[in-house]
Amino acid sequence: MTELHHLGVAELAAKLKNKEASAEKVTEHFLERARNDVHNAFLAIDPELTLAQARESDAKLANGSAGPLEGVPIAHKDVFVTKDLVTTAGSRILNGYRSPFDATVVARLRQAGMVTLGKLNCDEFAMGSSNENSAFGPVTNPWNTAHVPGGSSGGSAAAVAARLTPAATGTDTGGSIRQPAAFCGITGIKPTYGRASRYGMVAYASSLDQAGPMARSAEDCALLLSAMCAPDLDRDSTSLDVAAENFSRDLLRPLARAGKDGGALKIGVPRGWLSELRDDVSAQFSDQLQRVSPLADMRIMSGIQELMRQGAKPIEIDLPNTALAIPVYYIVACAEASSNLSRFDGVKFGHRAADFADLTDMYKKTRAEGFGQEVKRRIMTGAYVLSHGYYDAYYLQAQKIRRMIADDFQSAFAQCDVIAGPVAPTTAWKLGDKADDPVASYLADIFTLPASLAGLPCMSLPVGLGEGNMPVGMQLIGNYLQEAKLLNVAHQYQLATEHHKQQPGAAA
Amino acid sequence: MSAKLVQGYEVVIGFETHAQLSTQSKIFSRASTEFGKEPNTQACAVDLALPGTLPVMNLGAVERAIELGLALGSHIAERSVFARKNYFYPDLPKGYQISQFEIPVVQGGEVSFMLGEEKKTVRLVRAHLEEDAGKSLHEDFIGQSGIDLNRAGTPLLEIVTEPDMRSSDEAVAYAKKLHEIVTWIGICDGNMQEGSFRCDANVSVRKPGAALGTRREIKNLNSFKFMQQAIDYEVRWQIEEIEDGRAIQQATVLFNPDTGETRAMRTKEDAADYRYFPDPDLPPLVIGRDWVERVRSEMVELPWVMAARFVRDYGLPEYDAAQLTQHKTFADYFERTSALCSQPKLAANWVINEVRRFFTDGARDDDGPWAQEVREDGETFRVPASTLAKIISRIVDDTISNASAKKLFQEFWVAENPVKPEEVDAIIDAKGLRQMNDSSALEAIIDEVLAANAKNVEEFKAGNAKAFNALVGQAMKASKGKANPAQVNELLKQKLA
Amino acid sequence: MSLTTTDIARIANLARLELQAEESTRMLDQINAFFDIVTQISQVDTSGVLPMAHPLDAMPTMPPIHLRLRPDVASEPNDREANQRSAPAVERGLFLVPKVIE
Repeated sequence: MTELHHLGVAELAAKLKNKEASAEKVTEHFLERARNDVHNAFLAIDPELTLAQARESDAKLANGSAGPLEGVPIAHKDVFVTKDLVTTAGSRILNGYRSPFDATVVARLRQAGMVTLGKLNCDEFAMGSSNENSAFGPVTNPWNTAHVPGGSSGGSAAAVAARLTPAATGTDTGGSIRQPAAFCGITGIKPTYGRASRYGMVAYASSLDQAGPMARSAEDCALLLSAMCAPDLDRDSTSLDVAAENFSRDLLRPLARAGKDGGALKIGVPRGWLSELRDDVSAQFSDQLQRVSPLADMRIMSGIQELMRQGAKPIEIDLPNTALAIPVYYIVACAEASSNLSRFDGVKFGHRAADFADLTDMYKKTRAEGFGQEVKRRIMTGAYVLSHGYYDAYYLQAQKIRRMIADDFQSAFAQCDVIAGPVAPTTAWKLGDKADDPVASYLADIFTLPASLAGLPCMSLPVGLGEGNMPVGMQLIGNYLQEAKLLNVAHQYQLATEHHKQQPGAAA
Repeated sequence: MSAKLVQGYEVVIGFETHAQLSTQSKIFSRASTEFGKEPNTQACAVDLALPGTLPVMNLGAVERAIELGLALGSHIAERSVFARKNYFYPDLPKGYQISQFEIPVVQGGEVSFMLGEEKKTVRLVRAHLEEDAGKSLHEDFIGQSGIDLNRAGTPLLEIVTEPDMRSSDEAVAYAKKLHEIVTWIGICDGNMQEGSFRCDANVSVRKPGAALGTRREIKNLNSFKFMQQAIDYEVRWQIEEIEDGRAIQQATVLFNPDTGETRAMRTKEDAADYRYFPDPDLPPLVIGRDWVERVRSEMVELPWVMAARFVRDYGLPEYDAAQLTQHKTFADYFERTSALCSQPKLAANWVINEVRRFFTDGARDDDGPWAQEVREDGETFRVPASTLAKIISRIVDDTISNASAKKLFQEFWVAENPVKPEEVDAIIDAKGLRQMNDSSALEAIIDEVLAANAKNVEEFKAGNAKAFNALVGQAMKASKGKANPAQVNELLKQKLA
Repeated sequence: MSLTTTDIARIANLARLELQAEESTRMLDQINAFFDIVTQISQVDTSGVLPMAHPLDAMPTMPPIHLRLRPDVASEPNDREANQRSAPAVERGLFLVPKVIE
């Protein structure tokens, strides 16, 4: 029998439903693996709590009131607040914070029957692309522990890749699900902005943050996404009022019939993103656009070719403002973050400095002690771009370019059904390589930022190994509310290939 | 148009008023807005800005903004935007206040009122929705303050005027009128002691014809008396500074009621950099015209509309109608009374003269009938409208004299339990107030009086009108006050003719 | 657009962050490095383009998203104990802070 940790969400759910294994047994198995986590992926585990949930699930499975994912374990990125486990958001400033409520996403997954395995490490306040910005130490990549797992959902990606959990929640603001999924060889999807409730997600950048599932297949992600996403009209004013969907409904459609009109799927390939299509791009543009490293580039091209082999038709499209996404994203995200993080002031919850002269001093020391360097940098940048005299030149201008970027995508989607391309210019770099150069880190986000700014659904799936024998991810971007189509394309790809089944040597 | 200059300077005043809206729940959360509860028992996760919490807008707050806009003749924005005002303060849990900056929900409008004999109009710039902050308590803690966030998130309408006012009298009259309006239409309970209605006064002075002077803002004035004192002091202070050759620095000042002085608050230079930006947690507020029309049709009758109706339907003089419609409780009381006795003019006189005296005598000028609670019998005043109507009917049918009626009313007002209308007749009899209406008995008394006061009769016949009054007085005395004065007059005239 | 040490000090104050001297210097260099790539946005012609505050503002496949309004009902119960359990300093239900001077 395949060991339990090699089974995906769908398989485990089936086994549990068929009573081939009990939730308690399954949970015990994963708890044992989580306890032996060598990647620093887990920040909090509470075996008693977890086993109690598992027993509840067993009771439900016995009396016929089981949810669709009853008894399947899941771990949550530590930016989702939980009642029963401490929440850190990867920061010292929360200092043992115990939320009086569960994040809506956490509650929904529990309602579907999933068992909470624990909280996962991440970059502090979801700010980062390598999980080196956590106050609780970096997470290592299971494929090579000298390398980063990516970020900010590094703990989530590593835990899934190392088979410590079959599924994890992540959040994606500028690529924080897609990029670690790519770096760790797993599958992750960020839905359309507003699909998943943000209530209970520690806010980083409100107009960009979105929750999403991370697992080892598109099929699993579809199940998880269906359980996670529903309107939260009572608590989140930015939650989309659209009917909850079964995102698995189109998985089996062949690409030859997955197009808008029932014809062949049209795949938009942005000029300049991959080496094949760089030649006729303007000099200025190609300068700023980081080249994808050769092996990674090749893998992604192969990925696109596989889709063509299955009947999809490629078409060149233009996303001319791609490079501008970097300054635009960081201006907007930092501005929103600088405001969202003002509530961490040592008054109502979290860390408070021990010594201070007066109230202002208390604020300044508390926040200086509690926040890490990257967080401080982004707060400072954000406060600056919003400050008197600079608002028009930076924030307002950025929001205008943001619309231009969103409009670029709409023009593209008039010609194609989904867009395919790289997630990141390289495979996972070594721990410490970019630690002293935040801007280098920002530049590497170039391919994930545009879809974030537009609020489009997008995902990453593994397409093989690149430089250093490290995983490469291919990004798929869909138009608003087209998650089912993205998952369809990814699933069809995964039916015909084995990359998503490969496991890192470390996770035997 | 005149405004009195102060030492040769023109005074320029603009107001920003924060009116707490009378909703059940907070503007962005479902916690209760009830006043006076134990600290932090009405501050839910959203109000405390716990991580992951988000704002959800209260329909009742928006509706009240629409009502205010309609009452003031403002433009109600079809689309308005919420913005974050960022600053650090312990009573501001998120480190920002959700307010409206570039596009407020209510735009323009005006407030008109009488200042003595003159009609004044103050123009509004805007009114916008925002959330209130919590409270800091300093008394019981040494070197520390205790923060209560019960008030955090209470909906406010911030109502901003143009700098149209030219004296502290005008400013206070404006504030009183605005207070009347918001309480009349029921969007605010107007309880200034509890902080439901707080005014900030922007004050500057200039020589007539000169450019606007630098203004200082007097914050958190929560009584009309303090408003007057604070503005007067500030004006004198500014003039003194200028006369002494010093320029006025823009500042926020607080009024100290004990010393009667205004004093600048400690400010840091960049306290004013609020870094406003549209709140990404809240899509724009859209108000369709049909909603506005529905609110308009369901709104309570506005005071000036009611006053016009009183003039038209009851034949009341304009001044009386204006007096009656100063407070809704008076207006309603008048109408109920009038309906029951069909005597609008009398009912009006009674309310204006007799009822209101109980409120102005010795009462603080920001105390008012809105502080009264509605009793079980639906009444607000101590003498039910039905009882007053009964009294008035008994005047009209000559059962009692006006003077007796007044005495009765004053006694009823301080009675332990409200006097019911059906009890009135019995009380009249018990107190022996029934007027003598029997002419023959009265004639007999008058004959006696005439006989006993021959001197007065002579003087009257000689042309001394006062002698007549003396005879009336004697007749009233002789009848132990029970005679109908009108009848006495009639009969005396007849007999002396 | 280059920031100066004065800017850093002013922003740190606005953001209530105490920065040590060498932290300040490092922050200045790093933020300026960021603003080097930001300058390009000033060259972009955005005349006639409406700012996009939100993805909800740009989804052409759906009707425009407006602020949802909830009925005015006070349904949130008093949960003070749970809400305050992570507070650094509480006495008699009040959050304690260094004295606020006006």
